[in-house]
Amino acid sequence: MIGGLFIYNHKGEVLISRVYRDDIGRNAVDAFRVNVIHARQQVRSPVTNIARTSFFHVKRSNIWLAAVTKQNVNAAMVFEFLYKMCDVMTAYFGKISEENIKNNFVLIYELLDEILDFGYPQNSETGALKTFITQQGIKSQLQTKEEQSQITSQVTGQIGWRREGIKYRRNELFLDVLESVNLLMSPQGQVLSAHVSGRVVMKSYLSGMPECKFGMNDKIVIDKQGKGGTTDEAGKSSGKQSIAIDDCTFHQCVRLSKFDSERSISFIPPDGEYELMRYRTTKDIILPFRVIPLVREVGRTKLEVKVVIKSNFKPSLLAQKIEVRIPTPLNTSGVQVICMKGKAKYKASENAIVWKIKRMAGMKESQISAEIELLPTNDKKKWARPPISMNFEVPFAPSGLKVRYLKVFEPKLNYSDHDVIKWVRYIGRSGIYETRC
Amino acid sequence: VKKREIFELKAELNSDKKEKKKEAVKKVIASMTVGKDVSALFPDVVNCMQTDNLELKKLVYLYLMNYAKSQPDMAIMAVNTFVKDCEDPNPLIRALAVRTMGCIRVDKITEYLCEPLRKCLKDEDPYVRKTAAVCVAKLHDINAQLVEDQGFLDTLKDLISDSNPMVVANAVAALSEIAESHPNSNLLDLNPQTINKLLTALNECTEWGQIFILDCLANYTPRDDRESQSICERVTPRLSHANSAVVLSAVKVLMKFMEMLPKDLDYYGTLLKKLAPPLVTLLSAEPELQYVALRNINLIVQKRPEILKHEMKVFFVKYNDPIYVKLEKLDIMIRLASQANIAQVLAELKEYATEVDVDFVRKAVRAIGRCAIKVEQSAERCVSTLLDLIQTKVNYVVQEAIVVIKDIFRKYPNKYESVIATLCENLDSLDEPEARAAMIWIVGEYAERIDNADELLESFLEGFHDESTQVQLQLLTAIVKLFLKKPTETQELVQQVLSLATQDSDNPDLRDRGYIYWRLLSTDPVAAKEVVLAEKPLISEETDLIEPTLLDELICHIGTLASVYHKPPSAFVEGGRGVQHKRLPARAGSGESAESPDVGQAVSAVSDAPPAVIPSQGDLLGDLLNLDLAPPTSNVPPVPSSMQMGAMDLLGGGLDSLVGLQCSSLMVSSVLGGAPVGMPAGLGAAPAVGGGLGDLFDLGGGVGVTAGSYIPPKTVWLPAMKAKGLEISGTFARRSGVIHMDLSFTNKAMSVMTDFAIQFNKNSFGLAPAGPLQVLTPLSPNQTVDVSLPLSTTGPVMKMEPLNNLQVAVKNNIDVFYFSCQYPISLLFVEDGKMDRQVFLATWKDIPSENEAQFQIKDCHLNSDAASNKLQGSNIFTVAKRTVDTQDMLYQSVKLTNGIWMLAELRIQTGNPNSTLSVKCRAPEVSQYVYQCYELILRN
Repeated sequence: MIGGLFIYNHKGEVLISRVYRDDIGRNAVDAFRVNVIHARQQVRSPVTNIARTSFFHVKRSNIWLAAVTKQNVNAAMVFEFLYKMCDVMTAYFGKISEENIKNNFVLIYELLDEILDFGYPQNSETGALKTFITQQGIKSQLQTKEEQSQITSQVTGQIGWRREGIKYRRNELFLDVLESVNLLMSPQGQVLSAHVSGRVVMKSYLSGMPECKFGMNDKIVIDKQGKGGTTDEAGKSSGKQSIAIDDCTFHQCVRLSKFDSERSISFIPPDGEYELMRYRTTKDIILPFRVIPLVREVGRTKLEVKVVIKSNFKPSLLAQKIEVRIPTPLNTSGVQVICMKGKAKYKASENAIVWKIKRMAGMKESQISAEIELLPTNDKKKWARPPISMNFEVPFAPSGLKVRYLKVFEPKLNYSDHDVIKWVRYIGRSGIYETRC
Repeated sequence: VKKREIFELKAELNSDKKEKKKEAVKKVIASMTVGKDVSALFPDVVNCMQTDNLELKKLVYLYLMNYAKSQPDMAIMAVNTFVKDCEDPNPLIRALAVRTMGCIRVDKITEYLCEPLRKCLKDEDPYVRKTAAVCVAKLHDINAQLVEDQGFLDTLKDLISDSNPMVVANAVAALSEIAESHPNSNLLDLNPQTINKLLTALNECTEWGQIFILDCLANYTPRDDRESQSICERVTPRLSHANSAVVLSAVKVLMKFMEMLPKDLDYYGTLLKKLAPPLVTLLSAEPELQYVALRNINLIVQKRPEILKHEMKVFFVKYNDPIYVKLEKLDIMIRLASQANIAQVLAELKEYATEVDVDFVRKAVRAIGRCAIKVEQSAERCVSTLLDLIQTKVNYVVQEAIVVIKDIFRKYPNKYESVIATLCENLDSLDEPEARAAMIWIVGEYAERIDNADELLESFLEGFHDESTQVQLQLLTAIVKLFLKKPTETQELVQQVLSLATQDSDNPDLRDRGYIYWRLLSTDPVAAKEVVLAEKPLISEETDLIEPTLLDELICHIGTLASVYHKPPSAFVEGGRGVQHKRLPARAGSGESAESPDVGQAVSAVSDAPPAVIPSQGDLLGDLLNLDLAPPTSNVPPVPSSMQMGAMDLLGGGLDSLVGLQCSSLMVSSVLGGAPVGMPAGLGAAPAVGGGLGDLFDLGGGVGVTAGSYIPPKTVWLPAMKAKGLEISGTFARRSGVIHMDLSFTNKAMSVMTDFAIQFNKNSFGLAPAGPLQVLTPLSPNQTVDVSLPLSTTGPVMKMEPLNNLQVAVKNNIDVFYFSCQYPISLLFVEDGKMDRQVFLATWKDIPSENEAQFQIKDCHLNSDAASNKLQGSNIFTVAKRTVDTQDMLYQSVKLTNGIWMLAELRIQTGNPNSTLSVKCRAPEVSQYVYQCYELILRN
């Protein structure tokens, strides 16, 4: 199991050091600093073995988190734990920065004592932790016996993510379908790979212990219902709107065995914001933009670049925050740009032309052309021509996912599904959206 | 720390004001964190322990954990507070006390810990119980004997049945860890009841708890395939968990238990399909997790390539992937490359070869070469891509390309030599040993086609002593090759290199090789030619494969560090903890013959390095053996590329004697079998039939009735001396259309043998076990068990030498053993081998007369009817009979399992013991074996 956990600043100074196992000595702290943080080259692996000691690290801005062990631990678990640790810290004091860590080091030690015992991760749900680890630290005297046992039963209980007795005057929930659409396209416009990774994020402000059931236009569910139904027509019409989900994963509140057997998504949600599910689709993706590049080398000192972007969705919808990034060679000396829409700038420090458009409706196209002057070089190595990348945001789900229902049942309190105010929003963003040129 | 600082802190710690005290302790902890020694404050800090303030208490505990070991006597001062806290009404305080006490690693304290711990293990509050469960593991780490004496292990076992899932999970974690340091104890005692409890808790506990439970489940071996399936069914929902570690641990359980499921089971296929999507999903996790996932996928792809074979695209490299993700993806791309996706893969690889990261580019170039070797159809495109890359003149790209082109030459001799000129142009830019060695090998190998080969090699000779050993050895061999090809012009050169190698070098390998060549050249130049210019063994398609037993072990470690390092835990974990080898459950004699060639190649009888696998970069020994030494050491003449019967016979004999001599012929024959053999066109994949060895058939006097064939007595295939006490003898039989391998296992060792399994190497007719090897009970010393293993002919095919040679690997709990045996070819004569008369006539005419072979069968005193009956017993059917004068002519047909027909004319003259046999077949080398069959059947 995890033998120790260290947090360093960018210089390699230790901010937090907690050792759980006897086989990890103080020298481990220095070994990581010398061999990884101070190493000159790029990080070649997130797992490093130094003198039979293994170091797992993740970086958040310029803070290094390292878990250390001498045993054959579950590596996936260690990384999941490190991410979780980051989430917990962020939930307590915001951004993970040197200053915040220094100011909260007592709290961090307290957390580390609670969520890792002898190197074994324990309940690390922020909701539960916040009930008994507070920054004031004087809770113990004030708690009544009932409160104490409520805390322990929540921390160890089956529904560790929610406490009993939550009350809201207005029962309300917000569903966000957040998708990032990823594309790799060849210069000729052939889709080399495309997938959507989506998340359903829920903000729930519901009283009591509500049972929820979530439904979407999952092809498997719709087809099953279509079969059960009497008319073929219903199956056909819904078949068009359903989407094939390659795979999905769920928050721990979702009953996985039920999903496995019936493919229904039922759960008691945590209070407040959390990620209900993640999913991935690869079929019939709506690619909101198409990038058509044209790069011409004119002699050895000049490049001509023309890029056309086409929006491919309903004209009534508006895409926002559009940004096209056209890489330029390292030996660029000057750039002249002309674009029909938006603003374009050559950013020498980033070796790219950045073209920004605030808004663009569907079924439109726009164009940019640039002349790039190059310095003559002796460098034999050819310019690698990084792909043209794009950023945007669209108000629909590129995968075609639709929320069909989210039903809420709370048998003990007297509010029904109809009383709950529900909001659904779809946002599609670019993930890695690249076209080679 | 300055004295003054300590002094000030001391004063503050002893202050009356609570706030000031707390601030002081915080300062102490801060100093401790950065590594300053504040142990001098021990008594002062411990004095702050008695407080109602939970936060302050926790800080003091933190200090205690850190310094107790260096101040054991003072640590005792804290005991009273701990014991008192363990009685506190607040469960959080009780748990905190027992948790901290376990972390104070002082022997004296442990005695005081026992009573509070016992109480806490039975506490009414689950939070305290789950903390106490971990505390048992802590205590065990300090004083294992104490834990056993106090009976804590039993209490811990009881907690597996606890009503609270988190308590169960922590108890499982603690027990698993303790069990690791007692490999032989039956501590975890997993049985169907406990497994059921674990599976129930699995649905309810935290993500971490699920990981503990899944990792523990993976150590269980189900009793049968049904139990295995039911566990799998209950584990599969975990594949949808958001936590990647839960997913990977579930994959581990499934991969392991799947071993036990019969492959024809519907559920087996379902399970395979269910595994792909979650594995792909892992690739959208954070990069560090992607890395862990990719390292594991690399193992999974090697073990079960079918799972991800359609998912090539997800392994395409993204521009912004961290380099460690890129390199791993590339590795998997090569493994998944196949004819179906090769075009896409090549386009990608070409793209990668222009990136910036040197390691990545190198690997991409190497991957192009691997594709050429793996997918023959793509070889030409790969070579032209490599040539394009060489034209870029980027130094490391050129060098890498040359290294892989050498391998392509090895794989496809006499096909791409036109590119040699281009390669030679870049000779001067090569500065890496591997590239230089590869280029020298190419020059030596094709010396007869390179006009200035002598000049080129001479230019390397100038700085001979500055070259690395790899290059020196290669240069030596290349010049000797050159000399053998062009003896007149290069005498001086060869003498120069031999003297450089033998007299001026202090490298023993180089000297030895130099002397061997020298002696060879001076005593018998013809022999030298045969040795040095011998055909090289074929190189394998797959590279850097993990050796199968290690792979199986690593599969048992999916998700863990071992799977990330691709090393068994013993390679990086100190001490005995958790390093016992894990094994996959046995599905004996599985039809997974795809693995068997690797098994064969892993153990080489003649040379200790695996000669048929491309060595990984820098594997000097493997490289050399691979390139030049393997044929000489085996000392067997190579298979001529156009097969002639005489040569084959000779070779068969030579091989047999070798088998007899060494009893470990596997590698020898595998090397030979794999040597390039020119297959006559139209033969397809399964070219020929081997001659029978004592396939004796007994007609038993029954006339016209197909009698059960006579089964030759069992012979010893694997003597006990060679197999750590296991003796295997056996024979083959065809019973009601099914081929059987009848085996006797005898345990001549002192210990019990279990876990038998069998696999075949690829062979000429695709023989493979049709089911698992059923050795159900453990084999006690001096016991013999007889097993009849049904065989199918649907396994992978590779031409063997002799054709009827079969290489077998048998595994038991002790080791894996290899032997080879020969089966009577008549095993393969099928029941529906009687050809229609008209078809017979047409076919006979159709087969060209040069395919006809004639043999004399001597001392056969049967008349034509008796002969016909006898032959029919072995599925040689008489289609027609013609009598001319005193001569009976029988026209007969035989069909092999792979669909090859053979036609024969047998002339029997009344009163003459000698008959004449003419055999016609589209695969003429089979004729020889058919003749042997006739002779054996008719004479016995």
